Amino acid sequence: MDFGISEDQVLLKDSVRKFLEAECPTTRVRDIMESDTGHDAALWQGLADLGLTALPIAEDFGGAGLEVLDLALIAEEFGFACTPGPFLGNALGTIALQAAENSEAKSRWLPKIAAGKAVATYAAGEKIGVWEAEDFEVRSSGGKLYGEKPLVPFAAIADIVIVAALDSQTHTPDLFLVERGADGMTTKELIGNDMTRRVSTVHFDGTEALALGGGKAAIDRVRDTALVLLAADAYGGATRCMEMTRDYVMIREQFGQTIAHFQGIKHQLADLATDLTPTCSLWWYAAHAIDHIEDRAAHTAALAKARITDLFDEMGRKGIELHGGIGFTWEHDIHLWVRRSLFDRAFFGEASYHRARAADLRGW
Amino acid sequence: MNLKYNETYQEFRKEVRAFLEQNWTPEDVASNPVVNELKRGLGGGARTDERATEFRRAAVASGYLYRHVPRAYGGSEQRPDPLKATIIAEEFHGAKAPYELSNQGPAMLVPTLLAHGTEEQKTTYIESTLMGHIRWCQGYSEPGAGSDLAALRTSGVLDGDAWVVNGQKIWTSNAADADMMFALIRTEPDAPKHDGITYMLIDMKSPGLDIRPLRQMDGESHFNEIFFDDVRVPRDSIVGDRGNGWKVSRSTLKAERALIGNASMQRRTLDGAVALAQLTEVRGRKAIQDPAIREKLADLDARVCAAEFNGYRLLTAGHRGQDPGLAGLVTKLYASQLSYDIAMLALEISSDRAMLGQGEPAAPFDGMMMGSFNGAFMLALGGGAPNIQRNVIGERGLGLPRDLRK
Repeated sequence: MDFGISEDQVLLKDSVRKFLEAECPTTRVRDIMESDTGHDAALWQGLADLGLTALPIAEDFGGAGLEVLDLALIAEEFGFACTPGPFLGNALGTIALQAAENSEAKSRWLPKIAAGKAVATYAAGEKIGVWEAEDFEVRSSGGKLYGEKPLVPFAAIADIVIVAALDSQTHTPDLFLVERGADGMTTKELIGNDMTRRVSTVHFDGTEALALGGGKAAIDRVRDTALVLLAADAYGGATRCMEMTRDYVMIREQFGQTIAHFQGIKHQLADLATDLTPTCSLWWYAAHAIDHIEDRAAHTAALAKARITDLFDEMGRKGIELHGGIGFTWEHDIHLWVRRSLFDRAFFGEASYHRARAADLRGW
Repeated sequence: MNLKYNETYQEFRKEVRAFLEQNWTPEDVASNPVVNELKRGLGGGARTDERATEFRRAAVASGYLYRHVPRAYGGSEQRPDPLKATIIAEEFHGAKAPYELSNQGPAMLVPTLLAHGTEEQKTTYIESTLMGHIRWCQGYSEPGAGSDLAALRTSGVLDGDAWVVNGQKIWTSNAADADMMFALIRTEPDAPKHDGITYMLIDMKSPGLDIRPLRQMDGESHFNEIFFDDVRVPRDSIVGDRGNGWKVSRSTLKAERALIGNASMQRRTLDGAVALAQLTEVRGRKAIQDPAIREKLADLDARVCAAEFNGYRLLTAGHRGQDPGLAGLVTKLYASQLSYDIAMLALEISSDRAMLGQGEPAAPFDGMMMGSFNGAFMLALGGGAPNIQRNVIGERGLGLPRDLRK
C-alpha cells in the first residue's frame, strides 16, 4: 500500500506549474478571458505539446494511457494558476469517448484530441439541478438528437460535443457524438461568473448524432470524474488564495508592523489551512477510486466535490477580507479565483445536492 | 498510489481471522463484554485482566500488536505496513478482542523510552506498560505553566541518592488509577527556561505525593491536581540527561499529537451519531430521514474521510522519509474541531432530549453521545490548546512571523 503521488506525478505537476507560470501568468489569464472566445489556440497547443491532452487517452489512440488521478493533478495546477480554456470540458469529452463502445469514433477523434488538433466537450446537465443519467430528457431518435443542454463548457469552439441523452428506442441513457457545425445544432454563449471557463446553451433540433454506446455506466464514470476534477481545481484554487493572502499579510504594514504579526490574522489563516490541507487526500482518494476501487468512487467523489468547492468559496471570501479594500478591486487578481470558485461549486450540481447523494450512497 | 488488498493481504486477513478464532473465543467475548459499542468508541472498555494479557502476549508473538516496538521490549517488531495495521485493527475490533492499549503509557511514554531511555528503563517499563500492568499519567501542566509549558516550576533538588521534588501539577488525567507518572521537573533553576528541565519517572505511591480530583463540567473526574511535598525520587529515575527534559519530552508530545490526530475515534463517534439518528424519532419521523440531518452527517463524513485519507498520506510520507509539512501539523486541531462538530450534531439529533444527561434512560442512547460532547473538549485541550496549535500551524506551516514570547 502506498498513499501518495509518485515521482513521475510530482514531475508532471512541476512541469505544468512551470509552464503555466511562464506562459500563463495572470496578465495572460486576463487577456484570454477578455478575448472573444476565451480560448487561446497557442496556449492550448502548448499544453498539448506538454502531453496534457494525450494524458488520459489510451496508448492505442495516441495517448499516454494514464489515470484520473493524473488528470486531477493537472486540474489542481490549472486551478492554482486559474488557467483559462477548455481543459475541463475537453477532459470530460475525452473520458466519455474512451468509456464508450464505438471504436470507429474513438480512432477517428481520440488521436486528434491527443495531439491538440481537436477540442472535445461534454453535455450533461439539463433542467435546473438535473445531472443524473436517468433523468435526462434530451433524446435520440432515428440517429438524431432533440432537446436542449443549457450548460455546456466551451461549446462555441469545440470540434465535437459528447452528449449524454435518452435513447428513445431502448429507453436508457447513452452517449452520442455531435460534430461542430452539424445541422440543427445551435449554440448560444451565456454570461458566466467565471470568465476563465465559458459556457453555452446547446440546442438540438434533429441534429445528426453518432451513437457511441457505453450507457449509464459510462455516463456515471464521467460524472464521478467531473466531480473529482472540479474538486481538484477547487483545491488548487483554494491553495492559491491561501498563499496569495499569506504573502500579502507578510508585507502589508499597519500599526507599525506587518499584519501577519496579529494573532487574529495568523489564527484565521491557520484555521483555513487546517480545514483545507487534509482535503487533498480526499480528492486523491476519490480520483484513485474511479480507476481502482469502483464501489467507493461515487461516494468519495460526491464528498470531495461538496466539501472542497465549499472551502474554495470560503477561502476566496476570507482572502478578500484579509486583503482589505484592494482585494475587492478589478486590478487585484484574487477575484479571478473567487469567480472560478463559483463555477466549481455550481457545475455538476451544488454542494448540498452531492451531500444528499453521498448520504444515499452510504445507505443511510 | 496503490490501495489494493492484493493476494498477500487477503492471505494476511485470513491468517489474522484464524488466529482470532483460535485465541479469542465467544466465551472470552462473553466473559467481560465490551460495555457498549459507543462507549468503546469513546475509548472505554479496554480489558487488562489476566485473560486479556495472555491474549495480547499471543498476539504480540504472532506479530499483530505493538508492531513498532522491538521484540526485546515486548513488542512484535514488524516492518511498518499501514495496510496490515488496518486489517489487524478491523479484525480485532470485529472479534471484540483486546487490542493495543492507546492511553498515555503506550502512546507517549513508550516512544520516549525507546528513543531516550536506558536499557534498564526499557526492560523494566515497556512490556508492563504495553500490557496495561503499569499505568501511567503525565505530569506536565502546572497552574502557571499551561500553553507556556516551559515556565513550569515544580522543582527537583538532588540530595544523595534521590531527587527531592516539591511543587504542583494540574490537569493530570487518570492519576487516581496510575501507578507511575512521567513528569517534567525543574532541576537547574539557574539555567535558561528550556534548559533547566529534567524528564522524571515518579512512583505515584511515593510518600509526600497527594492526588486531589478535579470535578469537570460534566460532573465526572478524569483530571486531578497532584501535590509534591518533599517526594523522594531515585536518582536514576530520569530519562535522558539532567536538564535535557524539554527535548526528551518533545518526542512524547509529537507522539501525543499523532495519537490525538488519528481519525478512528472520529469515525466511531460519527458512526454513533448515525446510529442515533436511525433510532431517534423526532416529530413523527426518524432523524435520519430529515434532509437537514442527512446533509450535516454527509458533511461530517467528508471531513472524517479526509482525516482518514490524510492519515494514510502521513504514514506513506513516514515510510518514504518525507516531511508531510502542513498535512502533519494540522491533524490535532482538525480532529478536535471535528469531534466537537460531531458531538454538536448528536445533540441536534437528540432534539429537546439533548438537555438530558449521560446515564439518563429517557435520553436517546442513555445520553451516551453527551459524553462525546465533553470528550471533544478534552481532545481540544490535551497536548496544547487550540490557539497554541494555531500558532504552530501559522508559524511552522505557513511561515508567518513568530509571536512575541518571553
